[in-house]
Amino acid sequence: MVKVSFKVNGQARALELDTRTTLLDALREHLRLTGTKKGCDHGQCGACTVIVEGRRINSCLSLAVMHEGDSITTIEGLGTPEKMHPMQAAFVTHDGYQCGYCTPGQICSAVAVLNEIKAGVPSHVSADLTARPHVSVDEIRERMSGNICRCGAYSNIVDAITEVAGRKA
Amino acid sequence: MKSFTYERADAPAEAAAAAMRTPGSRFIAGGTNLLDLMKLEIETPAHLIDVNRLALDKIEPMSDGGLRIGALVRNTDLAADARVRRDYALLSRALLAGASGQLRNRATTAGNLLQRTRCPYFYDTNQPCNKRTPGSGCAAIGGFNRTLAVIGASEACIATHPSDMAVAMRALDATIETVRPDGKTRTVAIVDFYRAPGSTPHLETALEPGELITAVTLPKPVGGTHIYHKVRDRASYAFALISVGAIIQRDGSGRVALGGVAYKPWRVEAAEAEMPRGARAVTTALLAGAKPTHENAFKLLLVERTLSAALAQARA
Repeated sequence: MVKVSFKVNGQARALELDTRTTLLDALREHLRLTGTKKGCDHGQCGACTVIVEGRRINSCLSLAVMHEGDSITTIEGLGTPEKMHPMQAAFVTHDGYQCGYCTPGQICSAVAVLNEIKAGVPSHVSADLTARPHVSVDEIRERMSGNICRCGAYSNIVDAITEVAGRKA
Repeated sequence: MKSFTYERADAPAEAAAAAMRTPGSRFIAGGTNLLDLMKLEIETPAHLIDVNRLALDKIEPMSDGGLRIGALVRNTDLAADARVRRDYALLSRALLAGASGQLRNRATTAGNLLQRTRCPYFYDTNQPCNKRTPGSGCAAIGGFNRTLAVIGASEACIATHPSDMAVAMRALDATIETVRPDGKTRTVAIVDFYRAPGSTPHLETALEPGELITAVTLPKPVGGTHIYHKVRDRASYAFALISVGAIIQRDGSGRVALGGVAYKPWRVEAAEAEMPRGARAVTTALLAGAKPTHENAFKLLLVERTLSAALAQARA
């Protein structure tokens, strides 16, 4: 067992964990933050996406003990049913889901994607590597490719993200 | 997952020494490949040494005009670095063609070089695999091997190296800097880094037990048009069937390295003399001696056509 302390959604948390505990299992099983979902548990589906130190990661492919001192944001930290994050509201408006299982990961990823574009991080579809990337459907699709939706709500997800990007611009 | 003990290292030499001190140690940085393999019990380290706190996350210019990339620089940061985008665009393009945004945010430069094959038989613990269990045999030879090697393979293993980044590093003549458990440092040219499978496919690199990669260096920029074409079964977030990394100069000369065809990024400098004669001549020289299987012979023609597209793009 190893002790680890980090901040989750602004709140300091201290845990004593088996070294094998992933960040995902620490969030779900130990902190009861079950908004973050376990899909494939192998980094292929993106359902477990959370934001750590401002960056989206697959929480299933990271050990909790590797996050000593980190600040972690989960879907519960982005918004609440009463006070939704703009990305959550846009997913509702555009019906960006069916079963909803991949949605927390999609939303955490989408929020980070818009920050990545704002920060000038290029993507595989950015035509000019030396220019600043812009929000486009192609950019959103490429950058969101690590989040799988088995219901196939992709076009509505792209609409939701596009709306939030436009509102921000 | 098998249980393991865990420690955080504060200095590179200390991490290397710790790896020798505790049998069955592995370094962990991004963990995106290692942890996946630990869940499947393909990797079963008794001890993990977390190297994330080592100060190896800088990209620095060198006095000879080259660039030193710390071992812990994340794939996202390397791809987004202004100097890399301007002077080593091939590297930026290759990184951006790999994995997903989430994975690139964690995956490190050294870890990317050291990632294991995605051969389906390596991943299936019910099947024989000489890389996973030395001496057990190879189920890929004679099995489903559409994605596997066409050249450089052996009777024991036909796995490919999955990295896109390494293809760019090979074309750019990168050098790998390491520290050993006795504290001594050394450099290994990327051409000498990956070991041919032969009869020991479980031995994959020139690294010695406990040796830790600290940086990757690039020589000064070579100019030219940088192109990375990756051909895969999905438009995004898939490993390459084949990839072509090319740097093409105005006079038609250039360099070519291939991904998805061998146990390492495949480059044959002598084949580059054929560049002015076009894609077919280069491919013939580059893949001379290829032994594709009945399922992956398409890769030879795919390389030629993809290189042809790259040459046309450079001329346009």
